Amino acid sequence: MSFFDPFDSSFYHFLTSQYPHLLSQQRLEIGSDRPARSNLSEVVPHGTTVLALCFRDGVLIAGDRMATEGYSVSARRIEKVYKTDEHSAIAIAGAAGPAIEIARLFQVELEHYEKIEGARLSTEGKANKLSQMIKANLAMAIQGLVVVPIFAGFDLHRGEGRIFKYDIAGGQYEETQYYATGSGGRDARNTMKKLFQKDLDREKAVRFALEALYDAADEDIATGGPDLIRGIYPTVKTVTRGGVLDVEEELIRRDFGAIFDQRRES
Amino acid sequence: MAMPFYVSPEQMMQDKAEYARKGISRGRSIITMEYTDGVLLVADNPSSLNKVSEIYDSIAFAGAGKYSEFENLRKAGVRHADLKGYMYSREDVTAKSLANAYSQSLGTIFSQEMKPLEIEILVVEVGSADRGNEIYRISFDGSIMDEKGYTAVGGRSETLALYLKDRYNVGSLNDALSLAVKSMEEVGNQQIPPKALEVAILDRNRTGRKFRRIPPAEIERLLQEPK
Repeated sequence: MSFFDPFDSSFYHFLTSQYPHLLSQQRLEIGSDRPARSNLSEVVPHGTTVLALCFRDGVLIAGDRMATEGYSVSARRIEKVYKTDEHSAIAIAGAAGPAIEIARLFQVELEHYEKIEGARLSTEGKANKLSQMIKANLAMAIQGLVVVPIFAGFDLHRGEGRIFKYDIAGGQYEETQYYATGSGGRDARNTMKKLFQKDLDREKAVRFALEALYDAADEDIATGGPDLIRGIYPTVKTVTRGGVLDVEEELIRRDFGAIFDQRRES
Repeated sequence: MAMPFYVSPEQMMQDKAEYARKGISRGRSIITMEYTDGVLLVADNPSSLNKVSEIYDSIAFAGAGKYSEFENLRKAGVRHADLKGYMYSREDVTAKSLANAYSQSLGTIFSQEMKPLEIEILVVEVGSADRGNEIYRISFDGSIMDEKGYTAVGGRSETLALYLKDRYNVGSLNDALSLAVKSMEEVGNQQIPPKALEVAILDRNRTGRKFRRIPPAEIERLLQEPK
């Protein structure tokens, strides 16, 4: 009677122990004698640039919409930023399939814990849980299916937004101001480094995030810029005491207009 | 070695059922009731341990009787729902399938285990505007009842159902809550302060997860507001 295990409030643990075949992670093992394909990144869609930025009311989290397979576009409209519960969100970079799987599983994990325990996990607790899930992905990461998310949460106890970044081995590090990862992560970080100020208001935070994504798309071939013809714009969400909210596309479009004007003039 | 006494299956089932009923009748009751915007769940429960809780987007659970026993079933229900939602999609998780799973488990336990579970549970799903709500009442022996409008489980469930029979009409949340509390007070012959009530709703108008607990202050306000 596997459903009647009373001492476990983790959905992830439930799945790994009872239904491992539902997880792609369990299929590849380190040192298995199957021929490893070192270049899985060329045949598997990869997500590119995502970022997070602290502002006055909490934290902003954003990503472009492009996925690539080697030098080809595999999708123009994929979603890399996911609300994970009322006060947190995750942005994924790396192998799109496994990354989306982890994001989805993480959403269920948080909701499951909340329902079983009757209480929400702390921001720290959520971040640690995510780290364990990425750690379990190491074997896949070594074969090219890297998953490196950014986790953004509003810490209700501290009353502030927090950003956690991860390495492929599940290492977890907190950033206090901003962070970006993925193929254009470095370019986005450089932009934010120049623009970042403490206690930014929401409008400015959105603008800076879009500038950073625009620069990433400018410098990195895999990152998608705003697609004016198809009307595809980056996803931007804010995580505050009031919850996780989508930044309206109207504002994003207007900001890009301003960025274009500014760059044209300079 | 002494031979065990022969007990006829009829006798054994009867004894088990009597034992379970006795256990349940000692506990307090829970009422569920449809109202215009969803389904209301009210438990006479002064403790901080929950009798009413969320299972999935539009599904709630309520357990009467022995806490440890229905708490186990509640967790199993959350696992069932979350696993199904993860494997397929969120809209594929239904109260009907969950109620069936509960019914099977309880039936098996009743016929095979020494001790039957001393519980009675409710599985409730709020439907969309064009699709009705679903209320399932499942007993200790696995028997499952598909209820309409209102139902009660626990110690005084039959008296409560009788009381509600002539008085229930689909109305606002205020009406439903007032009626539920009044019926409990009349049947139990005592006042129940809002703090001793556990109230939750499945609100059709919420997006995503429709389950919401109603805190004592709000219960008080709802009970006082003119209808």
